[in-house]
This record gives sequence, C-alpha cells and structure tokens, in this order.
Amino acid sequence: MTVEEDENGSCDTPGAILQNIRPTRRSTTFATMPLSTQSQADDEQYVLVASLDNARNLSNILKAITFKDHAIFTATPNGLKVTVEDSKCLQANAFIQAEIFQEYTIKEDLVGFQINLTVLLDCLNIFGGSTVPGVSTALRMCYRGYGYPLTLFLEEAGVVTVCKINTQEPEEPIDFEFCSNNVTNKVILQSESLKEAFSELDMTSEVLQITMSPSQPYFRLSTFGSSGNAHYDYSKDSDMMELFRCTKTQTNRYKMSLLKPSTKALALSCKVSVRTDSRGFLSLQYLVRNDDGQICFVEYYCCPDEEVD
Amino acid sequence: MKFRGKIVDVACLNHFSRVITTISKLTKMCVLRLTPDNLFFVLSEKVANGGVSMWCELSQANFFDEYQMEGVSPEDNEICLEVTPENLSRALKTVQSAKSVKVKLTKKHCPCLTIAAELPTLSSISRVVTHDVPVDVIPRRLWHEFIEPSVPDFDVSIYLPPLKTMKNVVDRMKNLSNFLVIEANLNGEMNLKIETDLVSVTTHFKDLGNPPWGDDSSQDGGPSQGRDPDSMAEARVDIRRLQQFLMGQQVNPSKAMCNIVHQRILHLILLHEDVSLQYFIPAVA
Repeated sequence: MTVEEDENGSCDTPGAILQNIRPTRRSTTFATMPLSTQSQADDEQYVLVASLDNARNLSNILKAITFKDHAIFTATPNGLKVTVEDSKCLQANAFIQAEIFQEYTIKEDLVGFQINLTVLLDCLNIFGGSTVPGVSTALRMCYRGYGYPLTLFLEEAGVVTVCKINTQEPEEPIDFEFCSNNVTNKVILQSESLKEAFSELDMTSEVLQITMSPSQPYFRLSTFGSSGNAHYDYSKDSDMMELFRCTKTQTNRYKMSLLKPSTKALALSCKVSVRTDSRGFLSLQYLVRNDDGQICFVEYYCCPDEEVD
Repeated sequence: MKFRGKIVDVACLNHFSRVITTISKLTKMCVLRLTPDNLFFVLSEKVANGGVSMWCELSQANFFDEYQMEGVSPEDNEICLEVTPENLSRALKTVQSAKSVKVKLTKKHCPCLTIAAELPTLSSISRVVTHDVPVDVIPRRLWHEFIEPSVPDFDVSIYLPPLKTMKNVVDRMKNLSNFLVIEANLNGEMNLKIETDLVSVTTHFKDLGNPPWGDDSSQDGGPSQGRDPDSMAEARVDIRRLQQFLMGQQVNPSKAMCNIVHQRILHLILLHEDVSLQYFIPAVA
C-alpha cells in the first residue's frame, strides 16, 4: 500500500504523518489501514463514511441515550440518527447532522443497522476518553452495508486503533405519531432549572407526574415516594422559562424508570422543550452543544402510565 | 536472624511506599528476601497464581539510611519472609510525613515486620506510631523456590509504549474481552488485539524501538540474528494480569520493555535506577 493523495493533491490530516501500517502476517478478517491514507478506490466499498476530528462529538451525545445495550443507527444524507428504545414505551433519539462531521459521505438514501451501543462507546473511548485540552481522538467511521461490521479507525497521538463491531438487522423504530398539530402544551426551559430537580428526584416514586396548565401551578413535576410527596413548580414568569404555551390543564404520569435515563441528556443540554399532546404522550427535546459549540439534538418520547384528569 | 533499617529521606520513603503499593496490586502474598545489599519481592510460578511470577529488586542503599541484617547463618546470610504487601503498604501510607521510619524484624506473638515512625506534632514532642505487620519465616530448605528467574529465550524484545496510553487501551479492552493478544516485531511495532463474537479491536504502536540484547551469549549471539524483522511474536494473555502490571506505572520507570516467547510467555520489565520489576505472564491457548 502507498500513501495516496486525494483529489485536491494533498493528504488529509490528522493521519497524514503516519506511515502505512503494514498488515500483520496473521491478519485475518480485517485490513489495518490508517485513518486518512485510504485510497479513493478503497472508499468505493463503503456506503457510509463519516469522520470527526474529535470523537467526543459523537461519544458524548451517545452517552445521553445509552440506557440499553442496543441502538438502531439510521443514516441519511442529512446526518445520523441513533435510536434506543425501552419496552415499547420509551424512545430516545440522538441527531448528529451531516455538518457536524468533517467528512460525511453516504451512497444511499437510507442506511440502517443495529449495533451494541455499549461496545461502540468502549471503542470510541478506547484511548481513555481523557479531557486533556488539545488532545483529541480522531475518528473515521465506515460501513460497507448489510451484513458487514461497522469499522472504526481511531487515532490519538500517532497511535491507531481499528475496531470492527458486528451489526444486526435494524428493527423498525416505533413511530410515536407525535405531531406538532396535536401538541396541547409546550414549555421551553433553560436546563439549569430542571437539572437540580431531576438529580433530586425521589426514586422510590414509581411515577413522575407532570402537570402543565395555563393557570397555576403552570408547570409542575411531582413524585410520590415512600417518604412523601414532592412537587417542583416552575412559574410561567420565571427567568428560566423561555417559552410558555399551555392551552389546557393536563396532568400525566410517566414511569420513573423510563424517564430517569433522560437525566443524562438533561445534564448535557442547555435548553429543553417539554411538550405533551392530546393523548398525554410526552416529548422532551434537548439542545446540546458539543465541544466545538455546534448544536445537536436529543429527544425522548414517552407513553403516559395512566391518565389523570 | 536480625534485621533493622531506617529511612530518613522523605523522597526515599515515598518511593519505597509506591513500590510496595505497586507490588500489592500484583499479588496478595509474596516472599521478601533480605540480603546485605538488596531487598527482593518474589512471587514464584505456581498454579495457584495462575502461572504468573514476579521478581522485584531494590538496592537497599538507595532507600535506607541505616541497614543492618544478620541472616539465618553466616553462610546463608539472608532472611526469607512471606509477607502480605497490602499490609505493608497500608502501614507505610500512614507514616508518609514521618521524620524517620524504622523497619525491624521482631517477634511479638508471631514474627513481625515492625514499622515504627516518628511523626511530627504541633508540640516539640514527637508522636511514635508502630505497626506490627505479621510475617512468616520461610525455612532454608524452601529458599530454592525463590531464586531470580533467568531471562527466557525470547523471540522478540521491544520497548513498551507510554504506560499511560497502554493502560487506557487495556482498561477499555477489558470491558470487551477476557483475553488479549500482544504481538511485536523487531521493527519496533507492537499490536494489542482482542477478538470476540461481538467485536474485534486492534491498537497499533509504532517506532517503539527494540532493546539491544545482542551481546548476551545465552541467546546464541542475540535473538535478532536471522529473524525477519517484520515477523510478529505473540502471546495471548489474561487481560486482568496485564492490567495489574500496568498499574505499576506508579513506579515511574525510566525504561519499560517486554520480551515475548512466541505463544509461551510474556515477560514484562520495568527499570528504574533504584528498583527493577519483572513480571512473567504465561500465554494461554
């Protein structure tokens, strides 16, 4: 193998300094190619290639939805969507737009696969996931298509790691049929205000009750635990309340065990929108800024546990 | 049998403690050999240890200000004790701020290594703290089990990558697999590989350099003679053993290297001017 120049006549960074890694005599199922010195011919075989100078821009947002082992990856020309579901009642999605990636090439309208998310995160953090400033892990993610593993090339400080993670047939993500026309109540809050409440949530309560109303108490989170009931009220006039659009008083309960994982997404976010529709379905949308200040979204959909009028 | 030593330098005390802490992470129990010039911490290869063995050598003069010992007999001027390094480590941790620390072989209700330290207090009177760490005396007839291991007839010898990087990678790989393959060649290249049903991960290190063993006559003129520099020697080992060894970066070695006997043994060496640590991990199928 030799180092090939791309069509611009220059070698990509960050791997340009690396010499080619010679395949070992015992290399079996995978080639050991450094990050950016793959020739264009090699790229032909992939239906999806996505690169990041900083792998944390992917791994951090994935942490916000890692409450189950398996995730469905759906890639379109717009970007990457990663979906995790729990017992058909909860769905979490992380969106990483194509613009976030330094390189994003997709050869089909839709590329989908299922993968073990915990394994993927261990691979993305193979160099320890340190937060030393100026040191980051570069990532090149490649997928050849149905039946092939997801290949990751990761590089930090001149050391290259190649991971091949097996993929499975993707399940169809649930369509919660949550549409804006049906939204009865919506608030947008600065995440800061909710973080404290969520970190203190009484876990002995089986449900988290959310009350939204055009009148008092406006927006209330309630728990019913073994040591008593707790209420967190957010007034529509609060500094933290960026948008308040409630048309009708609604109280809904959601299983605490389903919503608790959303705390991770909340911790990463700067703003969160809380919406309920006429059926009592809950949509939480989080605005997350990555290391480079770019915006990504995470959303959680949850079915109500029971209707309380 | 007599032994008494005194450490007065705080840096020496610190370093000594760190060495013992590193050893405590490698093994629950080991043998401490005391000779006029050195201290050796030895773990001999036994099925019960999973086949690993360890040899750690400290030159007494680099740690102790005073050091007196009288062995079992004038011909066998040595003391051999079985110790639990964790107990020693804990005792030493409590006396890090001491003006001086004495280590003595004593007999309380059983043989002990007694650590006595003078700790500074706000008043002019010092506080004396004593720890009695129980030990077992190893009889002379068993001493042959605790001799320095010879360097194996290795296929490849190579310097290790920065231990912190290696440890980070091995820590993550441990989440994915119980076993790891370490392979290296005489071109300064080393790969760490794991492969399971779910995933395969390979980390490539380059330009590591190979130590010059060429003048060692026991190697038949040196292992590099006639060996294809690209050819990899490998050993498949239990990841936890490698992980335990990598915690030894605490010792801050000036040199770290390993020797691989293809599919047999991984021999890891940490060198420092005051202390050397060798760890042998057998390869598994």
